[in-house]
Amino acid sequence: MHTSPPVAADIRELETIAAQIRCDLVRMIHIARMGHPGGSLSAADLVTALYFQVMRIDPARPDWPERDRFILSKGHACPVWYAALIRRGYLGRECLDTLRCLDSLLQGHPDMVKTPGVEMTAGSLGHGLSAGLGMALAARVRGLNYRVWVMIGDGETQEGSIWEAAMAAPNLRLDNLTVILDRNRIQNDDLIDNIMPIEPLAAKWKSFGWHVMEIDGHEMAQVVDALEASREAEPQPVIIIANTVKGKGVSFMEDNPFWHGNAPDADQTAQALQEICAAAGLEVADVD
Amino acid sequence: MRTRRETRHVYGEALLRAGESNPQIAVLDADLYKSTRSDLFRERFGERFIDMGISEMDMVSTAAGLAASGMIPYANSFAMFITAHCYDQIRIQICYPNLHVILAGSSAGLTQGPDGASHQALEDIALMRALPNMRVLVPADGVETEAMTLAAAQEIDGPVYLRLGRYPVPDLFDSSYRFALGRASWLGQGSDVTLIACGHTVSAARDAAELLANRDISAGVVNMSSIKPLDEDAVRAAMQATPLIVTVEEHSILGGLGGAVAEVMAETGGNARLLRLGTRDRFGESATADELLEKHGLTPRGITDSVVQALGR
Ligand SMILES: Cc1ncc(C[n+]2csc(CCOP(=O)(O)OP(=O)(O)O)c2C)c(N)n1
Repeated sequence: MHTSPPVAADIRELETIAAQIRCDLVRMIHIARMGHPGGSLSAADLVTALYFQVMRIDPARPDWPERDRFILSKGHACPVWYAALIRRGYLGRECLDTLRCLDSLLQGHPDMVKTPGVEMTAGSLGHGLSAGLGMALAARVRGLNYRVWVMIGDGETQEGSIWEAAMAAPNLRLDNLTVILDRNRIQNDDLIDNIMPIEPLAAKWKSFGWHVMEIDGHEMAQVVDALEASREAEPQPVIIIANTVKGKGVSFMEDNPFWHGNAPDADQTAQALQEICAAAGLEVADVD
Repeated sequence: MRTRRETRHVYGEALLRAGESNPQIAVLDADLYKSTRSDLFRERFGERFIDMGISEMDMVSTAAGLAASGMIPYANSFAMFITAHCYDQIRIQICYPNLHVILAGSSAGLTQGPDGASHQALEDIALMRALPNMRVLVPADGVETEAMTLAAAQEIDGPVYLRLGRYPVPDLFDSSYRFALGRASWLGQGSDVTLIACGHTVSAARDAAELLANRDISAGVVNMSSIKPLDEDAVRAAMQATPLIVTVEEHSILGGLGGAVAEVMAETGGNARLLRLGTRDRFGESATADELLEKHGLTPRGITDSVVQALGR
């Protein structure tokens, strides 16, 4: 059994944890020599706020029926999820070295059977939100008091199934559902605007009947406030459009589509850790 | 050492040649052009390249519309997403009306590797093979990939599924190779066992035949790159030639090459036995391509061991 660290007390502490999680995920992808750093880094502050402040969870009981559920629909960004699950005590730190390895708990894309804390299997884009509807409905039918948090990518909203779910959730009056849209403006090959533009996102979701909030996804105070506030938005489901930077925290990765799905080499990893730590006032040696 | 090439790269280059020779050809992708290598076509023929974004269902139906309006579209994504993700569209809008759409499934099979089960197409051949009118082609090397890519537009009129990989394979054929739909090619005759393979497992089967020869086991090798239509005569010839047939594929043993060969053998009757090598009704997982091939007995060594065991030697 892993011991669970205490929940973060303040914003400063959350920022420190987010930096540690960024370091962990960069290391993990470097060791695996493959993975998706860009969309993991853009989501790091959001995932940190969820796991260390907002979600009602108990790492010692990953199957507690009343736990809040988190689904990472943009499953390729799972290194950030794994890093959070490790820091939060769902998984041992030795897992860091095993991402994408044979027989590892940490599959290349989320696997709810293999990995404690992973609530839904993913990897094919467009499906996670619909599964979130099912979980939110189950809470209502079973009289359980949990909330469902689903993170989707902005590129992922090009999948039609996202919009089927977007139509259904307000009609089903799912007030226990929060979607977090990681709007980092880049997809696999290029900027979204160069491939298949999706804006105006806020107006689209509003017209589908959602309560829409828009925040800076890297301002921890804003992130925590918006996530907490989403609990009060009855009777609508909520979408938080989080403006983020793909590759956030690593200068050469920021806003560069190349880092969607490429791993940093040893030198790049060292530089990345330096930069992340310097920005958070940490020593690289202390982040282990 | 012969040159090793990834069939997806050869495909990308061949697509460019197809585009040069025929202005009706259009290419679609769903935010994976760097991986499927349709980027080469995109750079050259921007006006005939359509990036649909991460919308495979939309892409496949759009391709149907293009085909119904005089174009010859090649639609691209990972094998998993171009087949399973939009099966209904493929069935009702491409296969039922027998439209000339080429679906290219990249990074198929176990050798997709570290991305894991979600990305490893191990049932795509079965899915595509079950659809009326669909042709299913699995090239064994770069030479065959190029020939099939071009033939898909020039020599076939109807739906085609072209299965491509990211595992580097040695060239098995030379410039004398000619593609013929529904015809297998023999890489060697044997008297004890016939290995029938597709895709990169053909070169593994060929290497296994050499290892078997060292053990005085005579193995024939068939490249069954046209899985649908299947070269049934080649299967029956193998049944005559050897008492044991072993299918080798980077795919489930259910419904793919092994399934297709089993159907022919059962209907033909006779004494030849069948052993199907592939994944045994289970999902893939993260690991390197080589680790997974090893685990599922699809390396030359693994194939050899299975044959030796089946022959009781
Ligand atoms: C159905 C499907 N199509 C294609 C892919 C390949 N793919 C993986 S990530 C990605 C881009 C995702 O962009 P976005 O949702 O914006 O994620 P982020 O930028 O946050 O990483 C693509 C096309 C996939 N995993 N699933």
